[in-house]
Amino acid sequence: MSKATAPQTLQAPLSIENLKEVIRLERVGVCYRVPSERILSFKEYAIRWLQRRITSREFWALKEVTFSVHQGETFGLIGANGAGKSTLLKVVARVIRPTEGRVVVVGHVAPLLEFGAGFHPDLTGRENIYLNGAILGFSRKEMEAKLERIVDFAELWDFIDAPIRTYSSGMSARLGFAIATDIEPDVLLVDEVFSVGDEAFRRKSEARMREFRERGTTIMFVSHSMESVKELCHRVAWIDHGHVKAVGYPEEVINAYRNSQLG
Amino acid sequence: MTSLTTDHKPIYDSEMRRKPEINEVRELARYWHLVIQLTRRDIVTRYKRSFLGIAWTMLNPLGTTVILAFVFSQVFGARGPYAVYVLSGLLPWTFFAQSTSACMVGLIAGGSLIRKIYLPRTVFSISAILTALINLGLSLVPLLIVMLLYGLSPQPSLLFLPLSTLCLAMFALGIGLILSSIAIYFPDVREMYQIILTAWLYLSPVIYTEDFLPPKYVWVVHLNPMYYLIKIFRTPIYDGIIPAPQEIFLSLAIALLTLMLGWILFTRKAEEFAYRV
Repeated sequence: MSKATAPQTLQAPLSIENLKEVIRLERVGVCYRVPSERILSFKEYAIRWLQRRITSREFWALKEVTFSVHQGETFGLIGANGAGKSTLLKVVARVIRPTEGRVVVVGHVAPLLEFGAGFHPDLTGRENIYLNGAILGFSRKEMEAKLERIVDFAELWDFIDAPIRTYSSGMSARLGFAIATDIEPDVLLVDEVFSVGDEAFRRKSEARMREFRERGTTIMFVSHSMESVKELCHRVAWIDHGHVKAVGYPEEVINAYRNSQLG
Repeated sequence: MTSLTTDHKPIYDSEMRRKPEINEVRELARYWHLVIQLTRRDIVTRYKRSFLGIAWTMLNPLGTTVILAFVFSQVFGARGPYAVYVLSGLLPWTFFAQSTSACMVGLIAGGSLIRKIYLPRTVFSISAILTALINLGLSLVPLLIVMLLYGLSPQPSLLFLPLSTLCLAMFALGIGLILSSIAIYFPDVREMYQIILTAWLYLSPVIYTEDFLPPKYVWVVHLNPMYYLIKIFRTPIYDGIIPAPQEIFLSLAIALLTLMLGWILFTRKAEEFAYRV
């Protein structure tokens, strides 16, 4: 597209010898500016601004994060709450531009949205499929071609023309998962989604993730369930206070993480 | 796998920074389907499951007009087809007030989405303007009815209305973008804006005629951009003529400048929206 403006360094790492690198993070840092007091109204903000009483502190959610993920890899992210795992997914998903460092992602990236994000309760299931598809960057026509498979997978043919507000949470979770996984991205970002839905659907979802893996989709997977991570991931990164503590095979990294929590 | 050639796959590189206001236009072209789907969502949820929804869009300005026409002709002694005068100012005003408020609501409601997935942030404002345009189109029906009731036959000058509407839409988009880039941080801006709108309405010759103003305050009204935008909408309807060229150029200039200002401000701020934890 705009090759002329690409920095020189892009040429080498992503050329033929390194074809398989799909996600590359180079010394990535993300700094949030957190106001020392939460100001919720514009009036208050204006008054404090006049009084010069607006202060904020810096909070580095990620710092010096460097690693690469390769084609077809399922890459796990583990760590305590607030360690920066979700921020890392946001950086890869292009939601947040890193404050420092560099991110390069090759291919179409799709986050597996939290179920129901982007659904409108008054629209029917069918209408929501088109809306959700558009959010993920697909036209109505493209979604029409996928509709049958999506509804089949979600097992919602009887309700597809009823408004989403009449759905149970499990039903909308099924629809959300079915849409998100039918669009066949190059990179799939999964943030802690197996906690909802019934047991049968959970198994079905895991089966679909395996399908993805076999097809060569690169997956970045955040989870607190060490069993899922061990079972699904090729490699794992342990994030702690915004730093990468370890990257490697699931067994080793998970053990290191567990040991640190005991002590 | 040899399929991974970088030629036909999109590459995201955080260091390749283009100018945000230009980049947004490119991204918008890619996400045009989303703008359509969001507009469709707003129209469908408003009209689909209620017949009254459509009727209300037409009856609302009509009802206001009936009340104002009664008060002004009976109490203040206004003459002529006053109802047509009010309605031809009320429609562009309602368009402006509704669309700019909807820009803020759209971005705030979409806030949870833009913290999870990349979308060009302007889609919410643009679909808010498109939705308001459809409502404006529907409310032209009662306007035509009132015109015929007062014996004003539609003139060819009505063909000028698309250009008036374009100016109005560009101006509203510019204001809507500025407002929503503040409202995403401070939700109370929405309420404050409703008060500003009330004051702004009285500063615009919507319900009163220009000669109603005390001469020493006329300049105040002339500082109001909505004065010109309402005028080029009303003249083809009420006076049956095409507005004066200087009025057209002034309106176009106001609309373009406001849109550019809003676009640049919003797209430069937009990257920070997702940073709000």
